[in-house]
Amino acid sequence: MAGSKEIRTKIKSVENTRKITRAMEMVAASKMRKAQERMRAARPYAEKIRNVAAHLSRANPEYKHPFLIKRDTIRNIGLIVVTSDKGLCGGLNTNILRMAVNRMKAWEAQGQKISVCAIGNKGLGFMSRVGASVKSHLTGLGDTPHIEKLIGAVKVMLDAYVGGEIDAIYLSYNSFINTMKQEPKIEQLLPLSGEGMHAPTGVTWDYIYEPDARSVVDELLVRYIESLVYNAVTENQASEQSARMVAMKAASDNAKNVIGELKLVYNKARQAAITKEISEIVGGAAAV
Amino acid sequence: MAMTIHVDVVSAEESLFSGVAEVVVVPGEMGELGIYPRHAPLLTRIKPGSVRLKIPDQSKEELIYVSGGMLEVQPSVVTILADTAIRGADLDEARALEVKRAAEDAIKNRASDLDYAQAQAELIEAIAQLRAIQQIRKHTH
Repeated sequence: MAGSKEIRTKIKSVENTRKITRAMEMVAASKMRKAQERMRAARPYAEKIRNVAAHLSRANPEYKHPFLIKRDTIRNIGLIVVTSDKGLCGGLNTNILRMAVNRMKAWEAQGQKISVCAIGNKGLGFMSRVGASVKSHLTGLGDTPHIEKLIGAVKVMLDAYVGGEIDAIYLSYNSFINTMKQEPKIEQLLPLSGEGMHAPTGVTWDYIYEPDARSVVDELLVRYIESLVYNAVTENQASEQSARMVAMKAASDNAKNVIGELKLVYNKARQAAITKEISEIVGGAAAV
Repeated sequence: MAMTIHVDVVSAEESLFSGVAEVVVVPGEMGELGIYPRHAPLLTRIKPGSVRLKIPDQSKEELIYVSGGMLEVQPSVVTILADTAIRGADLDEARALEVKRAAEDAIKNRASDLDYAQAQAELIEAIAQLRAIQQIRKHTH
């Protein structure tokens, strides 16, 4: 009965793998629900702050914040790449990083320099491997990202933008469409485009600012950018968990198939051995 | 019935309150602000403290603690964009420096190379396992 022991151990090991992938699938499913809730909870803030920013751009046209001014020549570009900290989530990180690298190549072909802010372990590892200049990074956000942790990473980029070191900032992340579908996206963060900034028309009024317009507008726009980055992070996490769930489900199904095949092979081997034994006995008896 | 004003208190991570109130008292940067319906449009920063809301048909005031943020007032809507983090120019600066330093450390240590090596080792192992399965199949068929 050659090989039957090996097959048995193999079946055992695949069964163990399946147990792990099943467990990971269930963990991801429950985390996904929470991540989706967080993603939804973050939306009203971004909406409200966009409304206020829209009112501002209408009500106070004489003060142009640097975030709103488009620069003529773009020589340096900042890219914020949001990825997951952990792997085993299908092609999620690969997709976003491939998209980012393609975009970076296009920019480099135009003679633009790129500096990267990596949020998430996978992006950091990848970006430093391909030799991109990583200006700042942020890892270990955990399952509940707090905006507090993002402030620093975003500020590095905003400071560089205000200081003229970079002329545009892009944000790349996986946008969550539904459990089965996540789409890599690259959006322009700065300068802020006028899109989505439409205030109700025909209003001519201005706020009373306390203490003064400049500082209030400055703070508001910084918060707006932060909330956009935070949204990207929460969406990416929801995408990560659902991608992991799907990947682990596929792995469990595959393991099940492999176990089925191995069992078939094992039984065949067993039967062959029995048949052989019987024929040997019969042959032996006939000889006697 | 008393006049009411719609109030939204939102933070970046969640919505804290949404509903109508008769009066909203907010700790503004320049002093405490009591906002009644039909207030003039106003935009200001708020200090850490509690926002008090007088809800119609409710004797007790609603209290919401905010660690700073922004306040936007329009004649019929009040929006409080609450911060979840304690902010300050120095504190933000410190956070930025920390992130920068972490990035520099990562480049120096090349931790990513380690990750890469580990991934490669795992891949080799997986390939070896696959080959073993194929061999078993070949032998038994």
